Amino acid sequence: MINKKVANITEALEGVKDNMTCMFGGFGLSGIPENAIAELVKRNIKGLTCISNNAGVDDFGLGLLLHQKQIKKMVSSYVGENDEFERQMLSGELDVELIPQGTLAERCRAAQAGFPAIYTPAGYGTEVAEGKETREFDGKMYVLEHAFKADFAFIKAWKGDAAGNLIFKGTARNFNPVMCGAAKITVVEVEELVPVGELDPNQIHIPGIFVQRIFQGETYEKRIEQLTVRQRA
Amino acid sequence: MLDKNGIAKRIAKEVKNGYYVNLGIGIPTLVANFVRDDIEVEFQSENGVLGMGPFPYEGEEDADIINAGKQTITTLPGASFFDSAMSFGMIRGQHVDLTILGAMEVAENGDIANWKIPGKMVKGMGGAMDLVASAENIIVAMMHTNRAGESKLLKRCSLPLTGVGCVKKIVTNLAVIEVTPKGFKLLERAPGVSVEEIVKATEGELIIEGEIPEMDV
Repeated sequence: MINKKVANITEALEGVKDNMTCMFGGFGLSGIPENAIAELVKRNIKGLTCISNNAGVDDFGLGLLLHQKQIKKMVSSYVGENDEFERQMLSGELDVELIPQGTLAERCRAAQAGFPAIYTPAGYGTEVAEGKETREFDGKMYVLEHAFKADFAFIKAWKGDAAGNLIFKGTARNFNPVMCGAAKITVVEVEELVPVGELDPNQIHIPGIFVQRIFQGETYEKRIEQLTVRQRA
Repeated sequence: MLDKNGIAKRIAKEVKNGYYVNLGIGIPTLVANFVRDDIEVEFQSENGVLGMGPFPYEGEEDADIINAGKQTITTLPGASFFDSAMSFGMIRGQHVDLTILGAMEVAENGDIANWKIPGKMVKGMGGAMDLVASAENIIVAMMHTNRAGESKLLKRCSLPLTGVGCVKKIVTNLAVIEVTPKGFKLLERAPGVSVEEIVKATEGELIIEGEIPEMDV
């Protein structure tokens, strides 16, 4: 067993510097690396390029980094829930690259899996494809999209072990598995760090080979963005 | 004229037994309420779930189980969770049988615009560009006109496009319209709506052949 466990958040984020490119797992506020974000806020790391499907809300998730003006550029598919984000984008303080959600996922996966680029039909004929190489396959047009290059990937998993093996829960899985191993260093925080051997190898979602550092998250707020319930009959 | 629930009810008739269906945010989400009980379908949400059920009862919500609109949901027996790459693999690989989504504009040639109003609204496309670029069967659910009373069925879209030549069918508060190689073709009228009213509310050319039946909703 190769031990990926680090003692604490300080060790987990060792080497993170200003102006780096970082991936963040999560969809909305579900499955976001809450502890890593809190530590980046605490250290006030600046000039970050963030690859993340969303940008959090004003007072949670990546919104906390935006609030301190720590983000230089966002690469996302949807950023609709955040007033501060909109203000910084419209004033030109924040550079924003909006790309289709499936393209975002696949550019992560390409980086993880060793593909320099992929062809996707998404965005063909739209402003997303402007300036990009296009090509026809079997009568349909596709756009060439390049693999991301990132320094750190910050991942949130449900359960993990010191070998770096991961299991995700529900739709908190989202972008987390495809970002593992897609950056130079993958840092995983888990709700439950279990002893090696406890996780059934048949049930592992991400094998430890894609993970460099793993630690037990201290606390999780797990905020719900749109609480929607039905009435009991 | 139909309300939003009426549009959803009419679209529910397009959902066939054995379909995997992706529902967009807004009117499309309502479609799930009107699918007949004897029809077996599974709803996909692109954030990573197949087999979505109704909203949870109060107190039973789980922050780790949400839909693409970030709403808390439940899952039905037979449901599955997966990552974003696999989710869009289902969509791009055309394993999802029907996609229902909203739009700001649709053009005669099947172009759709629904993600950006330059200078006003720039929230992003989410999964919409992937969905419209790959789905074989796309139905747009929307009001026939915008709040200013202007037609949303146009000769050409004026807003930045989400996808080109992809919309197959449109269900609005006034009509069911098919997008054909020759343009919009009127299939059905909403209850109490005349062909003339539909023509007036449609900027694009409307092909009208024979008697146009009233929708059965």
